[in-house]
Amino acid sequence: MKKTISLLLSAVILCAVFLSGCGSSDSLTLNVYNWGEYISDGSEGSFDTIREFELWYKETYGQSVKVNYDTYASNEDMYNKISSGAVSYDVIIPSDYMIARMAQEDMLLPLDFANIPNYQYIDEGFRGLYYDAENLYSVPYTYGVVGIIYNANVVDEADARGWDLMWNDKYAGSILQFNNSRDAFATAQYKLDLDVNSTDTALWDKALAELKAQAPLVKSYVMDEVYNMMESGEAAVAPYYAGDYFTMLDAQAEDVDLRFYYPERTNYFVDAMCIPSCCQNKELAEIFINYMLSAEPAIANAEYVYYASPNALVYEDAEYIHSLGQEAMDILYPGIENFSELYNAYAFRNLGSETLGYVNSLWEDLKIG
Amino acid sequence: MKPAAKAYTALIMLFLFAPIAILLVFSFNEAKSLSVFSNFSLYWYRELFRDAETLNAVKNTVLLAFSAAAVSTVMGTAAAVGINKLRNKYLRYAMDTVTNIPMINPDIITGISLMLMFVFVGRLFGAATSLSFWTMLISHVTFCLPYVILQVLPKLQQMDRALPEAAMDLGCTPLRAFFKVELPEILPGLVTGLIMAFTLSLDDFVISYFTAGNGFQTLPIRIYNMTKKTVTPKMYALATIIFFVILALLLISNLADSESSRSLKAARQKKKANI
Repeated sequence: MKKTISLLLSAVILCAVFLSGCGSSDSLTLNVYNWGEYISDGSEGSFDTIREFELWYKETYGQSVKVNYDTYASNEDMYNKISSGAVSYDVIIPSDYMIARMAQEDMLLPLDFANIPNYQYIDEGFRGLYYDAENLYSVPYTYGVVGIIYNANVVDEADARGWDLMWNDKYAGSILQFNNSRDAFATAQYKLDLDVNSTDTALWDKALAELKAQAPLVKSYVMDEVYNMMESGEAAVAPYYAGDYFTMLDAQAEDVDLRFYYPERTNYFVDAMCIPSCCQNKELAEIFINYMLSAEPAIANAEYVYYASPNALVYEDAEYIHSLGQEAMDILYPGIENFSELYNAYAFRNLGSETLGYVNSLWEDLKIG
Repeated sequence: MKPAAKAYTALIMLFLFAPIAILLVFSFNEAKSLSVFSNFSLYWYRELFRDAETLNAVKNTVLLAFSAAAVSTVMGTAAAVGINKLRNKYLRYAMDTVTNIPMINPDIITGISLMLMFVFVGRLFGAATSLSFWTMLISHVTFCLPYVILQVLPKLQQMDRALPEAAMDLGCTPLRAFFKVELPEILPGLVTGLIMAFTLSLDDFVISYFTAGNGFQTLPIRIYNMTKKTVTPKMYALATIIFFVILALLLISNLADSESSRSLKAARQKKKANI
C-alpha cells in the first residue's frame, strides 16, 4: 500500500513538474479567446490555423510562439471572464454590440494598424459601423444576416416571402421562433417596419401583440435546437443565419429540402477581432490578427465557419467561389455595396437598461401568457 | 417479480439508458445528421483523434481528474482518521457538518466564491492572471474531499478499534499500525472514494467553468462552448469512449469491493478456526 501511495504522490509531483515546465520556457505565448467551433482547426482535412500560425511565426521571426486557444459560448460569458480580471487574453472576437460596450468601458486597446497591413482587404462597407465608428478597436472577422429557412417539401413556394411566412397559419405547428427576447421581438419589428432599437415602450407593445398573435402557430422557441429540428423535418419554417443554413443543408434528412431567403428588413451581426486591455503582448496580438486576414487562413476559416467574410481576399477568391458555388455565394453575400447603411439602420444596439428591463418583462409575459 | 414490477423496472432502465444508446448508435453514423442513420462508419472516431484541441482538452481533463482524485484521497483519508479519533461528541458533529458543506453547497456558489477568492489573492500578489491549473486543482479537491471522507469514515467506524491498539501493543509505531492494520480494513472505502472523486472531477462543469484559467480548458467546457455552432458527432464518439471507460472503472471498483470483503471474511473465518 505504501507503494501505491508513493506512486500516486510521485504522479502528482510529475504532473506539477511537467506543467510548470510548460510555463517557464522562453518562447512567446499568445492567448486567444474565441467562440467554439469558430476557426478552421484541422478537422476533416481542413487547415489547422493555430498550428500553421505557430509554424509561420517561427519561420518568419525565428522565435517560437505557443498559442493558448480557449473558447467561449456567448459574448456575456467572455465579458464576465475578462472583466473578473482572473484571466488575460491577447485576442478576442466579440460581436458588435459587445465591442461597443467594451470600448465604452475602456476594456479594449486601440489597434496599431501599421502592424495590420492586411486591413486594406477589408471591404469599405465594414468601416465606420456604429460599434466602432472611428475604426479604432476592431477588425471584422465574419458577418451574417438573418434570413428565413424553410422546407420546400412542406412550404408552398408562393408563401415564401417576407416575414409573413412566420405568421402564416397554413404552417401552424411547424414554425420555429427564436428563444431570445431581442431576436424574437426583432422578427415582429422588421415585419411591422419598427425600429429595433427604439426606446418607445408603445412600439415594443405593438411588437408584443404581433408575437402573441404568432404564438399559437409556433411549434417551439429555440436557439441551437433549430439545427436538429430543421434537418429532420420536424419543423418547416425557422429564422436563422445564412451561414448556419449551410450547416443544416449538409445534414438534412432525405425527405427534407431546405431553402433560404431574405426578408426585406432584417438583422445583421459582425464579429470582429479586438485586443482587450488585459493583453500581455500587443504587437504579437496584432501580428496574429494580420495573419488571420491573410489569404490562406482567411479562406480556410470562411469555409469552416460558413459565415460570410468581409475580407476581399476571401470573397473574390476564385477557388473559394467555385467551392461554395454561385448559388451559395448569392445567399451568403447579398448586395454588399450598401452594407454599412443597412447595418447601421437595422443591427441591434445596446438598449439602455430601462428599455432592456421593459423588453424582458414583455418577453416573460409572452412566454408565460 | 410481478409483471407490473417488471414493466416498471424496464421503463426506468429505458429512460436511464436510451439516451446513451442513441448517442452510441449515432457515433457510428457516417453522416453528420442526428435524424438519419446512413451508414456504419468509424469516420467520427478517426476525426476525433485528429482534433488536437479536443484531445488537449481530454488530456487536461484526465490530468486534472487524476491529480484531484489522488490529492483528495490522501487528504480525505487523513481527515477521516482524524475525525474518527475525536472523542468530543460536539466537536465531531461540527467537523461532520463542516466537511459536508462543500457537498451541499450549490456548485454555482462554490464556483463563484472560489473564483472571487483566487482573483482576490492574485491581486494581492499582483499577478496578471490568477487562474491556472493549480487553482482548478484546488477547486476540484475542495468538492471531492467530502465524498472521500464519506466513503472512508464508515469503514473506520466498522473496524474494531482494538485492532490498531493491538498492533501498537505488539510494537508497531502508530504510522506502521495504520499502514499494516487500518489501511487494509478501509481500503474498499478508499478505492470507492478515489473512483468517485475521479468521476466527479471528470464531469464537473460549473465549478471548472468559473475557475478555468488561460490555456487550460477541460472537456465539458469545450463541449459547452461548441453550442454557438453545432456540437459535432466527434463528441458522440468521445462520449461513447468515456462512457465505456467509466463503466470499466465502475466494474473494477465493484469487483475490488466484493473481492476484498470476501477475502476479509475468509481471513476472519480462518482466524476463528485457528482459535
